[in-house]
Amino acid sequence: MRALLVRDLRLALRAGGGFGLGLAFFLIVVVLVPFSVGPQSELLGRIAAGVLWLAALLACLLSLDRILALDFEDGTLDVLATAPLPLEAALSVKALAHWLTTAVPLVVAAPVLAVLLNLPAAGYGGLVLSLLLGTPALSVIGTFGAALTVGIKRGGLLLSLLVLPLYVPTLIFGAEAARRSADGLDATTPLLMLAGISAGVLALMPFASAAVLRVNLR
Amino acid sequence: MELNVTELSVARGGLPVLEGVSLSLAPGQALVLRGPNGSGKTTLLRTIAGLQPALAGNVTGAEDRIAYAGHADGLKAMLSVSENLTFWAAVFGTRHVDAALAAFALEPLADRLAGTLSAGQKRRLGLARLLVTGRPIWVLDEPTVSLDADAVTLFADAVRAHLAGGGMALIATHIDLGLEAAVLDVTPHRVVLDAARLGASDEAFL
Repeated sequence: MRALLVRDLRLALRAGGGFGLGLAFFLIVVVLVPFSVGPQSELLGRIAAGVLWLAALLACLLSLDRILALDFEDGTLDVLATAPLPLEAALSVKALAHWLTTAVPLVVAAPVLAVLLNLPAAGYGGLVLSLLLGTPALSVIGTFGAALTVGIKRGGLLLSLLVLPLYVPTLIFGAEAARRSADGLDATTPLLMLAGISAGVLALMPFASAAVLRVNLR
Repeated sequence: MELNVTELSVARGGLPVLEGVSLSLAPGQALVLRGPNGSGKTTLLRTIAGLQPALAGNVTGAEDRIAYAGHADGLKAMLSVSENLTFWAAVFGTRHVDAALAAFALEPLADRLAGTLSAGQKRRLGLARLLVTGRPIWVLDEPTVSLDADAVTLFADAVRAHLAGGGMALIATHIDLGLEAAVLDVTPHRVVLDAARLGASDEAFL
């Protein structure tokens, strides 16, 4: 399992691995929002948490089809499916690699970019915590979507349509937690809901992903 | 332990392609599959490797013992030759890649990125992967595509060494490898589809 993780991280960091894709997209969206909303710092501060969460979610979505499509094309998945490593474990590792290469840079960049959006000082802790708790769910659900669409050439559109509805609960509770802490309110409930969603999909989704991948490899 | 396949029927895209295929392999034996393009050799090999379910029949002795090499080599262009092999060795729980590099004359290329190799060199690397899996049954689909005559000899030597060590090999190929292997022609097992069966198995209306 560690070999697979190391390989995926190494591939992501080498040329053409798409490591910076999500981060660059996140950066562009957040930098452009103040231009489109206008110079109203009070309004920006109110929408900052929601904008940051939405941008992070879309940045995650952008890199989903890379999780499995390349391994499918070059035959790696066929060999992995016959390897002693269970496919459920292999897909969990791939989701973890996606989280480490895509979501963790977003979590690190979010507080810096939040300055641009005039996020109230009280909201930084809640923003980072909600992203840390919520993004694992995005990666795991995304891996399921990638497994569903793996045989389809240019399946990006279908993948987005399938995955976005599944992302909605994470977005609602994540943005709610960040917003409540920015308003100086208690954010415990949405954070707990968010952690519950992440724990639930972490436990169950790999089985669903492996099942649909087995069908797609036929 | 033997690999036994009894009365196996396989399907591709919902349509049956071969039926009633039986074969058995004992340690040290190889079997060469023959048949025209599209006759279902790949589908049969994928079914035996467990990548897709059989329509009917049984495969015994294959569980966790098969090293499958299909048309694609499972290589990453941005990893070096030895990194690619080391990864597969780790996945299959073995360590030593040197013997595999030597068997396919890949040592001078060990530090090259796999993306910069020629088609034949990539194929050799894909076949070297079989050696690092440490699995007893090799299931090979057209293993000699894009190999030159010298590389085919290397490959035949590797198969012979594998068989001598008690391994088994099931190979779909059109060229003569010079192996002492039984030949199974799949042509008699092909399913001839008539119009009624075609309509009945149309997945869109299931």
